[in-house]
Amino acid sequence: MMEWTSDEIMTVAAARRLADGETCLVGIGLPSTAANLARRTHAPGLVLVYESGTIGAKPAILPLSIGDGELAATADALVSVPETFNYWLQAGRLDVGFLGAAQIDRHGNINSTVIGSYAQPDVRLPGAGGAPEIASSCGRVIVVVRQSTRTFVDQVAFRTSLGHRVATVITDLGEFERHPGGELVLHRVHPGVTADRVRAATGWELTIADDLAETPHPTAGELGVLRHLEATKGRAAQP
Amino acid sequence: MSGLMGSLAEAVACTVRDGDTVALEGFTHLIPYAAGHEIIRQERRDLTLVRMTPDILYDQMIGMGMAAKLVFSWGGNPGVGSLHRFRDAVQNGWPRPLELEEHSHAGMANRYVAGAGRLPFAVLRGYAGTDLPANTKNIDTIRCPFTGEELTAVAALRPDVAFVHAQQADRDGNVQFWGISGVQKEAVLSADRAVVTVEEVVDHLEPRPGAVVLPAWVLTAVVAVPGGAAPSYAQGYSARDNGFYQAWDAISRDRDRFTAWMRENVLGTVRKG
Repeated sequence: MMEWTSDEIMTVAAARRLADGETCLVGIGLPSTAANLARRTHAPGLVLVYESGTIGAKPAILPLSIGDGELAATADALVSVPETFNYWLQAGRLDVGFLGAAQIDRHGNINSTVIGSYAQPDVRLPGAGGAPEIASSCGRVIVVVRQSTRTFVDQVAFRTSLGHRVATVITDLGEFERHPGGELVLHRVHPGVTADRVRAATGWELTIADDLAETPHPTAGELGVLRHLEATKGRAAQP
Repeated sequence: MSGLMGSLAEAVACTVRDGDTVALEGFTHLIPYAAGHEIIRQERRDLTLVRMTPDILYDQMIGMGMAAKLVFSWGGNPGVGSLHRFRDAVQNGWPRPLELEEHSHAGMANRYVAGAGRLPFAVLRGYAGTDLPANTKNIDTIRCPFTGEELTAVAALRPDVAFVHAQQADRDGNVQFWGISGVQKEAVLSADRAVVTVEEVVDHLEPRPGAVVLPAWVLTAVVAVPGGAAPSYAQGYSARDNGFYQAWDAISRDRDRFTAWMRENVLGTVRKG
C-alpha cells in the first residue's frame, strides 16, 4: 500500500520544480497547491504572483480562488489587473508560469476552452483567462494535470495557449520534460506506476527517456505540510 | 444625476436599457451582485454582458435569459469548476442562444485601458499562437512604427454602462475602494454611465494605502448597498462566502432547481437601499 495518494505525489513532484528565490505566476487549483507547498518547504523565498494583482502573496491558508482576501492581505504589493499583465507578466519579470489544463498535446499546447468544435462544442470549458500570455511571457512553463487519454491528446481541440515555453509537465503518473523544439518525453514514473500504464494514458505514441527513473518518494515532511494546507483550503480569511 | 441616489432600483431604471452593453466588474473581490440582481428583477433584455471573469452573477443573468452576447476572458466558478448555466446556453441555447466574444485576460484588460483613455485600440504582446484570433473579432496585428515589430492590437471596450461595488462613498458621492482592485477603475472610466454601490457612506474618505478613488463627477449614481457584494466580499467589511460558491455547482446544474432558486432568492426579494 502507498502511503500517499496519486494527487499528493503529483503535487509534491510539481512543488520540487520550483526553486527558492524564483518568481512564479500561479494558476488556481493544483498549481496553487504545489506552489504553496514549495514555499512552505524547500523554497521559502519563492515569490507567488496571482493574476488578481497580488504580488508576493504569502497565504497562511490555501486560497479557493485567485482573488481570496488572504492573498491580498499577505501580498507585498497589490496592483490592478492591467498592471499585472502589462508591467509584471508581459515585461518578462516572472521566471515560471505554473498552469493547469483540460487538454495538452505532445508539444505542450494547452486547451482550456472547448471539447469538440468551437462553434458547436461538446463541452464548453471556462476559457483562457491569463493562460495565453502566461505561457508566452514567463521564462518557462510548468503544467500540472491529471493524466488520461482525455487530457493527454494527440491534438488539442482548441489551442488556448502555445507550448513553446512549456518545459515540464507533471501528472499523477509521472514527470515529462519537453525537449527543445520537440515533444514531451517521459523522464520519471511515480512509485508503483509502470511505463506501460503511462503509455496507455497517453493519446499519442509516447517517447520514453533511455534513463527513465522513479520519482523520489514524498518525504514525511512534504506530506505533512501538504495535508495541513489542504485542510485549510478555502477557509475564509477574516475581513 | 451625479451624487448619492435614493435606491438601487432607481439607479438601474435610469441607467440600463434593453440592448445595452453592460459591464459589471469585480475580480473575485467587490463583485456587484446586488446591482446585477436588480437588473434581473427589472427584466432587462438583449444585453451584451462584458466582464473579464463572468462567474456566478453572470451565470445567473445568462440563465435568466437576459444576455444576447457575452464578452469575456474566463467563464468559470473560481476554484470550483465550470458554470452550468453558461455551459447550457452555449451548448444547448437554453434559455436562449448566447453569442460569444472571447479574449484573454491581458486582451480584455488592455481593451478597458484603451476605452478609459478614449483610444480606438490598445497594443500588447498577446494571443501568440492561440486559436483565439481566428474565432474572435476585435483582435488584429499592428506593426510598430519605430521598431517594425509585429504586435497584437485589441479594440477598445466602451460599455454603455458599468457597475462596480466599493467600500465607501462620502456624502458628495466620491468613492474609495481598496484591496484587490481588478479592472474596476478602467471599467468605470471606459463606460458612458457608471453606477457604484457602496458598503457604507462616511463623512470623510480617509486615505488608505493603494486605494482607488473615483471622484463623484465621473459617476452617474452612487447607492449605499451594505453587503452588496455577497457572496463575493468587501475587504474590511465581509469575507468571501466560499461555501456558497461550492454550493452553486449543484444548484446551477439543473434548470428547474436553478429557476426555483432564482425565484426564491432574487426575484422574490426587494433590495433596500
